[in-house]
Order: sequence, then structure tokens, then C-alpha cells
Amino acid sequence: MNRESIVGKSVPRKEGRDKVTGRSQYVDDMVLPNMIFGATVRSRIPRGRIRKITFSPEINWDEFVIVTAKDIPGKNCIALIGDDQPCLANEIVNHPEEPILLLAHPDRHVLPAAVEAVTIEYESLPAIFTMEESESRAEIIWGADNIFKTYLIEKGDVGGIWEQADYIVEGEYTTGAQEQLYIENNGMIAVFDAAQGITVWGSLQCPYYIHKALMALCDLPAEKVRVVQMETGGAFGGKEEYPSMIAGHAALLAMKSGKPVKIIYDRMEDMVATTKRHPSRTRHRTAVSKDGKILGGEIDFTIDGGAYATLSSVVLSRGAIHAGGPYYWPSVRIRAKAVATNAPPHGAFRGFGAPQSLFAMERHMDRIAQAIGLSAVEIRRRNFLQPGQATTTEQMVREPIDLGKLMDRGLELADYHAKKIRFASENQSGTTKKGVGIAAFLHGAGFTGSGERYLSSVVGVEGCADGSVRVLVSSTEFGQGTKTVLSQIAAEALGLPYEYVSVAQPDTFEVPNSGPTVASRTVMVVGKLVKSAALGIKQTLVSRKLLGEVYSVEEFRRACREYVAAQGQFRSWSRYEAPADVFWDDEKYRGEAYAAFAWAVYIAEVTVDLTTYSAAVDDFVALQEVGKVLHPLLAAGQIIGGVAQGIGFSLYEKVVWQNGRMQNGQMTNYIMPGATDLPPIRVFFEELGNVRGAYGAKGIGELPMDGPAPAIINAVSDALGICFDSIPLLPEEILDGMNRKGLAASLQENGVGSGGGDR
Amino acid sequence: MMDRSESRAKSEISFSVNGQHKKVRAYPMERLLDILREQLKLTGAKEGCGEGECGSCSVLMDGALVNSCLVPVLQAEGSDIVTIEGLASGDTLHILQESFLENGGAQCGICTPGMILAALHLLNGKPGPTMEEIREGLAGNLCRCTGYSHIVRAVAEAARRRTAV
Repeated sequence: MNRESIVGKSVPRKEGRDKVTGRSQYVDDMVLPNMIFGATVRSRIPRGRIRKITFSPEINWDEFVIVTAKDIPGKNCIALIGDDQPCLANEIVNHPEEPILLLAHPDRHVLPAAVEAVTIEYESLPAIFTMEESESRAEIIWGADNIFKTYLIEKGDVGGIWEQADYIVEGEYTTGAQEQLYIENNGMIAVFDAAQGITVWGSLQCPYYIHKALMALCDLPAEKVRVVQMETGGAFGGKEEYPSMIAGHAALLAMKSGKPVKIIYDRMEDMVATTKRHPSRTRHRTAVSKDGKILGGEIDFTIDGGAYATLSSVVLSRGAIHAGGPYYWPSVRIRAKAVATNAPPHGAFRGFGAPQSLFAMERHMDRIAQAIGLSAVEIRRRNFLQPGQATTTEQMVREPIDLGKLMDRGLELADYHAKKIRFASENQSGTTKKGVGIAAFLHGAGFTGSGERYLSSVVGVEGCADGSVRVLVSSTEFGQGTKTVLSQIAAEALGLPYEYVSVAQPDTFEVPNSGPTVASRTVMVVGKLVKSAALGIKQTLVSRKLLGEVYSVEEFRRACREYVAAQGQFRSWSRYEAPADVFWDDEKYRGEAYAAFAWAVYIAEVTVDLTTYSAAVDDFVALQEVGKVLHPLLAAGQIIGGVAQGIGFSLYEKVVWQNGRMQNGQMTNYIMPGATDLPPIRVFFEELGNVRGAYGAKGIGELPMDGPAPAIINAVSDALGICFDSIPLLPEEILDGMNRKGLAASLQENGVGSGGGDR
Repeated sequence: MMDRSESRAKSEISFSVNGQHKKVRAYPMERLLDILREQLKLTGAKEGCGEGECGSCSVLMDGALVNSCLVPVLQAEGSDIVTIEGLASGDTLHILQESFLENGGAQCGICTPGMILAALHLLNGKPGPTMEEIREGLAGNLCRCTGYSHIVRAVAEAARRRTAV
């Protein structure tokens, strides 16, 4: 067949028309007959024992359905990796906003007052709020030692390098919590029926995570739990695990009341109670030769997991594996640790630990450059991983990536060298200072190590009675374009027009478990399975002699219709099989950590205004190698959106904590970038291809979150000649940094130059 | 907290929505957003923050762009309201809807209805805005997916097409 390729083309988004006309159905748009509304009574203290619960006599409680931990038919936990997080606190609360009790009423507007009318008396227990307090073990709040998980990655012999080193460079870098801030708040509807079991519809990323959690919580067999995804208004990892909690709450209220129950969080509840990006602290100690080669080093990576284990172990794993950046380490020792504090559990957010450890690595590269008198460009060039070399986990770089060349292209696109010279001169005077910064990085796509093997994802493709085909996956669309790209892949595999392929709405009664929609795995891993399941449809038709090897669209449709008419349902399945050459040792944390890495160089230009101490990004170049780009418009949308979130992470978004509770849980005081805060973000792709992904694709969803923070903070440090090692970097921190250097006062006379350092 | 059991406190309020006359019974201080979504089943306007920060509940009221979560329904009496549902005619999309679709202006879609109405409001007052004016015009509407570039491009493209017509 001679036809134009569909992959690589920016076809219209499958659900786009419904989105631009307002017809898309999000969970709060769905109404069921006799539906009542649920609300959650939460802990007001960080840690303590529940003594007494009182219901104010001013409310007629007979109108309400009330659920406590005692109403849970199964196990009181949110089943995920470990089972330590309760669905409803019973005797002990371990963080502010921990769910204790549920209320439901036919009128949603009376619920806030009812929640306020429930008084909970506690016996307070000592609480801890920082990683340092947790490490001191003065108070043990989780397990035997406050530690959720540790990893040790060792390569070569670090012990011997310090004596050979011409320079030993040390640094400590921290990143703050970040709220996902999807514009659609979390929400869920549940219906219970003794014969059918429980059905939930919601805003969510991972239908089968919820399925598993509800089976354990409600003590129901698999066939009596059904999870359906509604159109989902943004997620970014924030709807990976917490929707299991809300689904559990809605299910418990539905079981007790016998009515459909809708729970929709308002913005503040969503911000203060649900997960955020893990705060982190990374310490680097690096041995470097006088010609700027890294000889080896130690990296200590610690994240604050909050009060329960949830996903911290896996976030930690990805952060630890990415901690060495895109550089060659002859020897390295990476110690990683997730610790407990009395804050709501931190969780998945785009990048999943990598933005934290890569911020540290890329700030540290600039520090090394300054220490030994090389440029930021040159230090990176001399240490980039080359094909044939191995990463920190001994994963061999097999593809012909040339990071030096990638960086050169990025520098040229950003006009980096000319800017460097110009800013050095312009910064001598005036009250605005400009700087440029680089970040080079990599991001592994798919689950880490043996993860994909354990997931063992299954994908289906169905030949329909009308001759069209339908993709059956639990992979969810929440803005990335899942339905569009998976349709392109199936259409390409079968030689059909894009319009003849559709994707079933994720519904656990309808679709197999293709794994969670996380870890930049959908296009690369699930896409590849979609391709092989689609080819299975073709093979069946050909082997039954309903279709020739070469066929027209009409012939395919006729053959498909004939098959369905004769045989009934026509489905082809494909299950993930790990490539034979992939080796991973879970014990030693060594081997092929990821099926593919995407590579990138990002360059930021910033202006710091010394009258307001605010920094703004003026230009941003995002250059990446992501394998084959299957849909240029969607891919660019992913990169630009990720960079925007990265700019927020760097300069705007600060979670203010007090006793483990977020104090600024509103869009008025937690500031994400608006249209006027962002520069045009310039996106460029290199396409090397990837043998393990569908049509050569790698994952891209998380990648753009990794680079902006270090590129921007490197640029701010360049502009002011001050090292900033913590994000978010708000005007008050810039002022602090300048005061520390005594620069603020002397500024008017002297000015500050570009390119200096504080070491 | 208002007392909902007192139905006599409800008033009859009339306004026009997408060219159709509507009469609703509502408490005067009920939010226009809730009336649109719950009584009139126009669920295109979304609640993102409930305090006028995100703009996802934006509608046009007598030509002005308002956050319907901040408008007491009483204030809508006699007004002319346009929601996202009023833009397309049948299967034919509005130029802005088409342009958002083609330029990647909608990702998760939750801010899209409000964003398109903000863009319409902008173009009604300024048919040929500069890129900066587009960003200014959309500054009251937050989007977490796109980083705004494709939205800005979609609005610019729609403006070009509209003036070319």
C-alpha cells in the first residue's frame, strides 16, 4: 500500500471538538438521579490520638449519612505499594488534613457548615516537620527509624578518588514542595448495588490503581468493582494515587446510604489535603581533575515523604538514578533516602524525583566550573556521557547520542555566547541584571528497572461491526493526547485513515490493564503494544483469507465486518514482554534502569530587577532528543507546558508550611505563572529514534519538567554573581542572597558583573 | 450559610442565555455559575477556584467578561449572557473554537471554555491584537497544561481569519 504516514503528522485531537465546545463531561458535570454529596472531616492537628468526636446539636444529623472507620467492610487502607495509609484515621492521626470521618447530604451547600460542626478532641503527640528532624530520630513517627526507603547505587571505587583529585567541590541544594494545580479539582462519584458491586466515575490517571484499592477497602472481588474515567482536567501525577482515597470515601458513603454519592473537592481542600512534589535535599561532593574531568563523587539525595509511604520509594528511585545527570562518572556512590514527617504524604508530580536531583546536579556543574575556572559550557562538554560509556547504574549508552553537538545547537539557537558577552558589559550599570544559564539532562521513559516486567501490561485492539477499529487500554487522556497518539499508532499499523480508529473510554469493565498513565510510558510502552495488537487484527484477517497482504481501506473494512458477522467479537491482545537483553538487579540497583532515555539541553535567559528583586524569564530554548516525534503539535504542547511548570517551580510556586499544613492553599496566594509571566518558549527536537518504542518514539511527558529550574537558577546566579541553591527563588530570597553578599547596599555605586561566582 | 429551607426567600430571575430567554427561581445570592450549571445544565463553565482567580468559569454578561463564580444571580437580572455553548452554530464551530482545535490551544480542556470566551471578549474590543495584547487579554485565565503559547497562537490565528472574512 502506498500511503502517507500518519505518525509524525499533527492530526486533530480525538476529543478536541468536545473540549472546545464545552461538551466534554468531567466528573462534576455528571448528575445521577437521587445523588447526594459527600464531604470529609479532617484532622486539624499534625499528630495525635483521637479522644472524642462530638456532633453539634445545632445541626439535624438525621439528614446526613455519616461514615467512620468502623463502617469499612474490608481493610482500612489505601492499597498501593505498602498498606500503611488508612482510608479513615481510626485512633491516631499522623498529619494535618488526614481524613477522619465522612458526611453526605442531598444539598451540597449545607456540607461546609456541617463539617465545621463536627468537633474532634485530640491528645496531641509530638510532631516533626523537616527532613533534619526526621533524621535526628528524636521522635519516631513511622516504622523503627522514620525511613520509608533507602537505596545505594555504587559504581567503581569512590574511596580512592579523593587523593587523586585536584579539586574537591561540595554543594547542598534544596527544592520545595510544588502543587500540581490541575485546573479541575479532584472529584469522584460512586454507586453501590449489592448485585453489581461498586462503580466509580472520576477524575483520575490510573483506573486499575483505584480498582485494587477499592477491592481491598470494600472487600469485594474484582468483578464487583468498576472504575470509569471521566474527562480529566489536568493531572500531572496529582491524580495518580489520591483518587484512590476519594474513590474509597465515595464508595463507603454510597454503600452506607444506598444512593449515588458525589464528592468534589474545592480548591483549598484539594491544595491542602492532596499530594504535592516531594521537597528534597541533595548533597554533592565531587572529585575533579584540573582539566575538568569528574573523577568520582558522593551524592546524598533525601526526600520528604510526608506521613505515609505511598509512592515515596519509587519517586526516590527515579530521583536517585537521575542524580548523576547526563555525565560519565568513573566512580560514584549515591545514597538515597525517603524520610517521614507529619505532613500530608507527598506524591507523584511530573518528573517524579528527577527534577529534584537534576536541579542539584546542574547547579553543581556550574559550581564545579567556577571552582576550577572553566565555563559552564566547557565543564559539561568534558563530562558528557558518550556512546559506549555506562551510566551510574552501569547502563550502557547504545544509541549514537552526541550531547556536545546537542549542546552546541542549543547554544546557537539561544545565541548564548553573544548574550554572555553583551550581558557582562550591560550589567555594569543599571538596575536590571541579565544572565543566561544552561541545563543538560536526561530522562528515563517507562517504569524503572524491572517495573515494566512486573506491570506486564495488556492492550487490546478491537475490530468493530462497522469495520472500524477501537483501541482498548486503561491509559488515560488528561491533556497529553493519549487517545490521539494511540489512534495514530493503530491507524499506521493497519494502514487505515486516522478517522477509522477510536479509543474506548477507560472503564475497567471494558478495557484491560495497560498499566498506569505515568512515567512517560504511554506512547513508548503502551504504544508499542497497541501496534502489535493492531497487527494481530490484520494477521487474523489475512490468515482467514478475508484479506490479502496488500489491501485497500474498503477491503479492510469489509473483511473486518465479515469476521465480526461470522465470529462475533473480534479482539486482539498484546502483552508486554521485557526485551531479552535487558538486565536489572533490584538488590544492587544496577543494570538497565530504563528502556530509553530522552536527552535535552535547555537554555534560559533571565532578567533580575533590582528595584523589585524579582526574576523573570525572557527567553527559553528547549532542545531535546526524544526519538521519533509522533505528533509534532502535541509534543510541542507537552514541552511548553512542562517548561511553564518548571518556571513556576523555579521562581513562583512556594508552599508555605506551618505545623505540617499548607497555609497558602488558594490560587490567590500560591502563584502559578499566567500568560503574561511566561516568555515564548522555543521548542526544538532532534530525532534519533528508539528501537524499543512505537515507531521510534521515546517518552516525553516528564522530560520538560527537569531542565527549567537549573537553567533558570544558573541564569539568575550568572546575572547577580551569587550562587542560589534553593528553589523556589522568590524576590525575598534574592534580596536575602544579595544582603548576604553585602551587595544590596553597594549596588548603586558598583553594579555587579555577569559570569562571576561567589567562590 | 443561607437557610435553604425557606423557599420563600427565592426570587424569580430572568435573563437571556445564548439568545434564549430564561426564567429561574433562585436565592438572590446564589452564584450565577451554579445556576448555569445546575438549573440550566450548561456545564461548559467550570469551577476551578471559586474565588475569581482562574477564570475557568468565565462567561460574557452584557458583553463584559465575568467570573460567574463571583456573580450573584440577582445581578444577572435582565442581562444578556453568552456561555461556551452559545458559540458554535450547529456543527459549525466558531472561528476561535476551530483555531484552538487546530493550534493545540486545548489540552486537558478544563480551562478551554473560559479561555475561548476571554479570547472572544478580547477580539470583540480589539480585532487585531498584538501578541502582548493577547497575553494581557488572557491574563485572568489560568491554564496549567499549555504554557499558553499555543493558546496565544490560536487567538492570533483566529483574529487573522476573522478580519480576513
